[in-house]
Amino acid sequence: MSSTTHDTHHEHGDHHAPPYGITRWLFTTNHKDLGVLYMSFALLMFFVGGAMAMVIRAELFQPGLNVVDPYFFNQMTTMHALVMIFGAVMPGFTGLANWLVPVQIGAPDMALPRVNNWAFWLLPAGFVLLLATLFMPGGGPAGGWTMYPPLVLQMGDAFPFLIFAVHILGISSIMGSINIVATILNMRAPGMTLMKMPMFVWTWLITGFLIIAVMPVLAGAVTMLLTDQYFGTSFFNTAGGGDPVMFQHVFWFFGHPEVYILILPAFGIVSAIIPTFARKPLFGYSSMVYAVAAIAFLSFIVWAHHMFTVGMPLAGQLFFMFATMLIAVPTGVKIFNWMATLWRGSITFETPMLFALAFVILFTIGGLSGLMLALAPVDLQYHDTYFVVAHFHYVLVTGAVFAIMAAVYYWLPKWTGHMYDEKLAQWHFWLSVISVNVLFFPQHFLGLAGMPRRIPDYAVQFTEFNMISSIGGFVFGFSQLLFLWLVIKCVRGGEKASDQVWEGAQGLEWTLPSPAPYHSFETPPVVK
Amino acid sequence: MISKMLVRALAAIGLLASAAHAAAEPGESGWRQPWGMNLPEGVTSLSQETYDLHMLVFYIVCAIGAFVFIGIFYSVWRFRRSAGARPAQFHHNTMVEIIWTVIPFLILLGIAIPATQSMITMRDTTDHEMTVKVTGYQWLWEYEYMDEGISFFSRLDEDSQRARQRNPEVAPEEVDHYLLDVDNPLVVPVDTKIRFLLTSNDVIHSWWVPELGWKQDTVPGFVNEAWATIEEPGVYRGQCAELCGRDHGFMPVVVVAMEQDDYEAWVDEQTGGEESAQAASGDESGSESGGGESGEQAGGGEPEELSQDQLMAQGEEVFGNQCAACHQADGQGMGNFPALAGSSVVTAEDPQEVLDVVMNGVSGTAMQAFGDRLDDREIAGVVTYIRNAWDNDTGDVVQPAAVQAAR
Ligand code: HEC
Ligand SMILES: [Cu+2]
Repeated sequence: MSSTTHDTHHEHGDHHAPPYGITRWLFTTNHKDLGVLYMSFALLMFFVGGAMAMVIRAELFQPGLNVVDPYFFNQMTTMHALVMIFGAVMPGFTGLANWLVPVQIGAPDMALPRVNNWAFWLLPAGFVLLLATLFMPGGGPAGGWTMYPPLVLQMGDAFPFLIFAVHILGISSIMGSINIVATILNMRAPGMTLMKMPMFVWTWLITGFLIIAVMPVLAGAVTMLLTDQYFGTSFFNTAGGGDPVMFQHVFWFFGHPEVYILILPAFGIVSAIIPTFARKPLFGYSSMVYAVAAIAFLSFIVWAHHMFTVGMPLAGQLFFMFATMLIAVPTGVKIFNWMATLWRGSITFETPMLFALAFVILFTIGGLSGLMLALAPVDLQYHDTYFVVAHFHYVLVTGAVFAIMAAVYYWLPKWTGHMYDEKLAQWHFWLSVISVNVLFFPQHFLGLAGMPRRIPDYAVQFTEFNMISSIGGFVFGFSQLLFLWLVIKCVRGGEKASDQVWEGAQGLEWTLPSPAPYHSFETPPVVK
Repeated sequence: MISKMLVRALAAIGLLASAAHAAAEPGESGWRQPWGMNLPEGVTSLSQETYDLHMLVFYIVCAIGAFVFIGIFYSVWRFRRSAGARPAQFHHNTMVEIIWTVIPFLILLGIAIPATQSMITMRDTTDHEMTVKVTGYQWLWEYEYMDEGISFFSRLDEDSQRARQRNPEVAPEEVDHYLLDVDNPLVVPVDTKIRFLLTSNDVIHSWWVPELGWKQDTVPGFVNEAWATIEEPGVYRGQCAELCGRDHGFMPVVVVAMEQDDYEAWVDEQTGGEESAQAASGDESGSESGGGESGEQAGGGEPEELSQDQLMAQGEEVFGNQCAACHQADGQGMGNFPALAGSSVVTAEDPQEVLDVVMNGVSGTAMQAFGDRLDDREIAGVVTYIRNAWDNDTGDVVQPAAVQAAR
């Protein structure tokens, strides 16, 4: 219809509405559109990864070979992790950042809108490649998401597709992060100093740096796998003078900051929601900022706590044990600050608050089991058992995923202009929070009682807790369909939301109309 | 299914109640029980130490957890708006921030001290009295007694093997120690400081017996060290703990700890027989798989001549135990494991190449060398079998003599 000049001419027109049709989504550079795309993609991947988890729990429902072949089981555990980490949680957070960072700092859009579009559209490409491996000769990756050699090199023809998929996903998140960091550092409204930024923006600023620092390391590690496999190098091949354990060091140098990438934005979300529903400012804002920064720093020097059993020098084990234990200090500070925020507040229990409170409690459980795992001598028992599985699902499901759900309920009225169905949402919350504990709590016992992780079949003594866990898993899985329905319902209609939405909400995004206009803050707001 | 579970739950409760008096099955430690939920105290000083440390931090984290949860539940109840709470507006207090930074730090220091001590003890393999080398394979273990000259392989027992198939002849519930039993356990003496040297032949595995108090990865090309002094005779079970491929869940570890006398008798038994002596010294012509466990071979003399039926029967058994995990019972292979049915190597006119692959493996792949692990008759059988099963129908046989010649 129009030439480019025509478009630019109208770019800042008052009535600039989004174009219609598929091209709107393909070519959009609008941060809100991209936020929606990211989050929809994350939701889709959440169900894909969730379906894989259902296969896993079905196989583990009772002893024996029941549902799938052990090799396929291994593909499921591997893919479940890759899909959930790179497909659901990371894009979920990036989507939230896209939508929220500009409106929270008073910017009209992201600093690099085209990069933003490209970063998103790489994701579906990467995942088509990754998921396609399941249908290739030899099947998908089955050596665990950690891709340890030599095992990963036994993969079938799909091996290079796995590597390229990881490359693409890495490039996507690096570009996304550069964009977010650039936006935060350059596009704040006048008066919005760093120490006035909402916690969510702070946590994303730090997360952005973490991603930029470690994604290239992952890319390097998997590239070395590729050259070992096809070009005769021996980085990780002992026969050629290499060392398979070196891969683990490189991988976890990426992998440990990665787990903080998956949790820091959650801290930001919870720090926004708790003050709103306690109707009281966040306690210890600056110590919260420092705590996040400290956690981010420490995350670079603890990687080998994933490797206490590989046979590293005693001094290494001790160093990594001490450094890991130290992380408990800033993490504790955060939890205590949230508690102090609740103290003498005026608290109501809308769904976002329920998820946020569940986050604080259940994440604490994950943190405490993390402290246990930090102790190297006992980790020689815990390592690679279901105790570890329980630990990281407490921090990632009841941690990261619960935070994302809290965020969706919290900001959905701002995005859609409608209130979600509170009653149904409370159902979703209670079903989820109960079933998720039935699902993961018994796994602590299984691990301590001696059940290794990543096994498709187990000794009969583990039957009872596995059954309980599977039942919890199915209920949790199916409860998430409610979430899907709630979101769809809210997008399609519902009670009109006010601009403020929540009585106690503070921040620039709540000064915008609900739904927020396609272009916001074209004239920067003034922050006192 | 639910009702079955309830029955089992009740049974377990009964069992717990009578646990104080119920003597566990002879030799079993009694730690492995349905509804088990904690680490074992185990039978070594190390396992006791890790257990104590585990319980210590467990109580500490429970206390911290209780503090946090009570704090949160109390606040949300006490300051709920529906009870008319009005919000205060304070948002900062440097003193409390310092307190809740310093106190956790001190608690951590208190935990770090015993943890460091334990770690140091765990790594101290000096003054060991014997050495066992553990080698991980996909998906079995090899044990070598460095001083006694004994070595053998240890793999999932046949009952579990049968019960873990799809639509099994026996249900897992009916197998004693399903997935936790092996054909040849590691036999060791009590009250002896044993040094373990751990390595792998293919991918990374991890050798774990909870009642010894640790697991240790076995990394190809590297040798890790660990130690244990077992204080009580008994049978201690564990599993591979590092994902190592399709049958990762099916490579258990069983350690049988015996009184010194019994152990010596066992050693004599192992080294006494003529055949195993050959295995122990690594004698080329002996070709015994070791441990005297699979010793069907007529020692020393002329290899026997077998009929096709005998060879096929022998081969089918070996194939089921050794090869089917990768190449599949129907010979169709799977993933990276090639199909043997219709393979040009397998069906070639001259069996030399396939003999070579089976005996020497294909280096750099999961296809291991079976030459040292199987005797002449077993190799002859399995090669005959794969050359004739699944419409491969070469119609010829490979005799043990040919295998011996190829060694
Ligand atoms: C741990 C998995 C594994 C086990 C167990 C195993 N193999 Fe293999 N086998 C392989 C792999 C992988 C290859 C392909 C090697 C290559 O890349 O050349 C192979 C190749 C072969 C080949 C060559 C096939 C061809 O067409 O080139 C034969 C023959 C063979 N195996 C026979 C056996 C027999 C007989 C046994 C049991 C005694 C056995 N394998 C056990 C993994 C295994
Ligand atoms: Cu293994």
